[in-house]
Amino acid sequence: MRTVIFRFTAPYLTSLMVLFSIFVLLRGHNEPGGGFIGGLIAASAFAIYGIACGVAPVRRALYFHPMAIAATGLLVSVSAGCISILLGRRFLTGLWTFPDVLGGIGLSTPVMFDIGVYLVVVGAITSIALALEEGDD
Amino acid sequence: MAVSDTHAAIDASAAQLPGALAAADYLPILPVVICFLAGAVMLILRKRTAWHGWIAIPALCLLTLTDLLLLRRVAGEGPQTMMMGGWRAPFGIAFTADLAGTLFATVGAMVALACGLFALVSISAEERRYGFFPFLFLMMGGVSGAFLTGDIFNLYVWFEVLLIGSFGLLILGSRHQQLDGAIKYCFLNLVGTTLFLIATGYLYGWFGTLNMADIARKAADQPAGGGLYTIAALYLVAFGMKAAGFPLNAWLPASYHTPRFVVSALFAGLLTKVGVYALIRVLLMLLAPQQQDLAFILAWVAGLTMMVGALGALAQTDLRRLLNYVVISGIGTIFVGIAAPGALGAGGDGAVGLSGALFYALHSIVVMTGLYLAAGVATDRAGSSSLHDMGGLWRGHVGFAAMMLVLLFAVSGLPPFSGFWPKLMLVRASFAAGMPWLGAAVLASGFLVTIASARVFALAFWRSKPEHEAMVVEPARYEHLDGPKPRGADAMLPILGLVCLVLAAGLWPQWLAGLTRTAAAGILDPGAYLHSVFGAAP
Repeated sequence: MRTVIFRFTAPYLTSLMVLFSIFVLLRGHNEPGGGFIGGLIAASAFAIYGIACGVAPVRRALYFHPMAIAATGLLVSVSAGCISILLGRRFLTGLWTFPDVLGGIGLSTPVMFDIGVYLVVVGAITSIALALEEGDD
Repeated sequence: MAVSDTHAAIDASAAQLPGALAAADYLPILPVVICFLAGAVMLILRKRTAWHGWIAIPALCLLTLTDLLLLRRVAGEGPQTMMMGGWRAPFGIAFTADLAGTLFATVGAMVALACGLFALVSISAEERRYGFFPFLFLMMGGVSGAFLTGDIFNLYVWFEVLLIGSFGLLILGSRHQQLDGAIKYCFLNLVGTTLFLIATGYLYGWFGTLNMADIARKAADQPAGGGLYTIAALYLVAFGMKAAGFPLNAWLPASYHTPRFVVSALFAGLLTKVGVYALIRVLLMLLAPQQQDLAFILAWVAGLTMMVGALGALAQTDLRRLLNYVVISGIGTIFVGIAAPGALGAGGDGAVGLSGALFYALHSIVVMTGLYLAAGVATDRAGSSSLHDMGGLWRGHVGFAAMMLVLLFAVSGLPPFSGFWPKLMLVRASFAAGMPWLGAAVLASGFLVTIASARVFALAFWRSKPEHEAMVVEPARYEHLDGPKPRGADAMLPILGLVCLVLAAGLWPQWLAGLTRTAAAGILDPGAYLHSVFGAAP
C-alpha cells in the first residue's frame, strides 16, 4: 500500500478529513452530524495515515495515547452532566450560556457532551485500528 | 454568565420538570458518575500503576458509601427517581432506585470493594498497565446502572457497558486458555444481549414506551395475548442465558475458571445476579400476568438448574470448576423464588418467595465472591487448585480455615449462616404455591452442595498434605499460579469482611429479611414506583 502517490496524498487527505470531522461534530448540534459520526471520520483519517506512512508516525502525530484520548472524552462527557449537578439542576440538563466575547455564539453542555463522545470514539477506534495495523507489520 | 434554559424559539418548559433539587436527590445517579469518573481518570493514568490503588480504593469506598446513603433514603422514603435532563416521565430516561435495585447495588459495591482490596495484592503491575482497574470501574458503572435504571432500553445499554468491562477483565493477560474461555463467554453473552434487544423492540412496538413504570402501568390493563407471551418468553431466554439458567448454563463452567481468581470472584458474585435482577424486574414487575402462566416452566428451570449445579459440583475435582457449578446451583435456588413469588397480603408475610429470592441473591453475591477469593488464597498456599493435590491447609492457617468453613456452610445453607434463612423462605413458598417437589429439590440440591462443600474442606483443609508427587503437572494447567501471591493480612482482610457480612446476615436475619420483604412487595405492587416516576398525578 505504500506507493508514492498514496504516501504523498495521505497527509493532505488526513488533515482534510480531521477538519471535516470537526465540522460534522459542530454541525451536529442542530442538524445531522454529531460526535459519534465525527469521531468515526477522524478515526478513519488516522487509519489512512497509518496505512500510508506506518503506525509510528501516527502515534507521534497524536502525541497522546489513543486510550488516554478516549478516557479524556469520557471525563468531558461525564463532567457535562456534573455541571448540571453543581447548578442544582437534574443530571444532564442542557444548559446554555451566551458570553459577549463570542458575539452571540452559544456554549452549552450538550456540545460539551458531544465533544466528549467525539474524543471517546476517536480514541477507541484509533487504538483498535492502530493495533490491527501494527499486527500487519 | 447568564444561564438560560430556553434556546431559540422553542419553549421546552412544558416538557421539563420544574424546581431545583436538594443534594440527596442526586443519590440515584451518583454511583454511575463515580464509577465513570474514577474509571476515566485511571485510564488516563494507565501507565502509573503505583497510583491505581490510591485512586481505586477511595473511589470504591465512596461508591459503597453513596449506595449505603441511597439505601437509607430509599428504605425511609420509598423509591427515588431522577429524570435525565429534567424531561418529563415517559419521554425522558428515568433512573429509579427502588429498594430491590438499591439492595443489589449496595451489596455489589461492597463486593467490588473487597475485590479491589484483594486485587491490590494479587494483580501484577503488568496487568494493571493493561487496565485491570479501569475495566473494573467500567464494569461497576454498568452494574450500578443496570440496578438503578428505570428504563428498559437503558437497562440494555448498561448490560452492554458491563459486558465490555467484563470482556476486558476476562482476557487480562491474554493467555491461550483465557482467550478460549472468553470466546465462549462473549459469543453466548452477545446472543443473549441480541435476544434482549429484539424483545425490547417488540415491547416498544407493543406499548409504545420504554419507561418501566409506564410499561407496568399499561401492562396492568392489557388483555392477555400471544404477543405479550412472546415478549415474556424472549426475555426469559435472554436473561436466563445471562443468569446461567439450566439449558443455557454451559458457558459459565467453560469460562469462569480461566481468568484471575479475583476476576472470577467478581463475575460469579455480580454478573449472573444482574441477569437474575433483570428477570425479576421484567417478569414480576412488568409482565406479571405472563409470569403466572410461565411459572411452571420457571419452576422446572429452577429445579433442573439447582440439580445440574449440585451434581456438577459433586463431579468436579478442581476447586474452581467446583465453585463454578455451585454458582449455577445458587442461580437455580433464586429461580425458585421467581417461579413462586407468593401473593401479597397472604398472612403476615406476603411475597415470601420473592423475598427469599432477593435475600438468597444478596447472600449469593457475598458468599460466591468470598469463596472465589478464598479459593485464590488456598490455591496459592497449596500450589495447586486440584483437590487431589491440596491438603493440610488448616495447619498454620487456622483463621483462614475457619473463614473457609463459614463460607462453605453458608453456601450449603446450613443454619447459623446467611444461606439458611432464604432457603427456608423459598421452601415455604414452593409448598404454598402447590409445588412441593420444588421445595424438595431445594433441599436435595442443598444436601448435594453440602456434600461437595464437605469434600472441599475434608480434602483441601482437613487431611494432611498428600505425599504423592507422581502426578504429572502440566504447566499450562497451573498458569494462573504465576504473578503476585495473595498472602498475608492484606489478602485476608477482604475475605474477613465478606465473612462478617455472612455472619451478620445469618445471626440477625430480621433486618435483611425485613428489607427484602419490603423490596419484594414493591416489585409485586409497583404503586410507589409509579408514584416516584410520575409524581402525584400520573
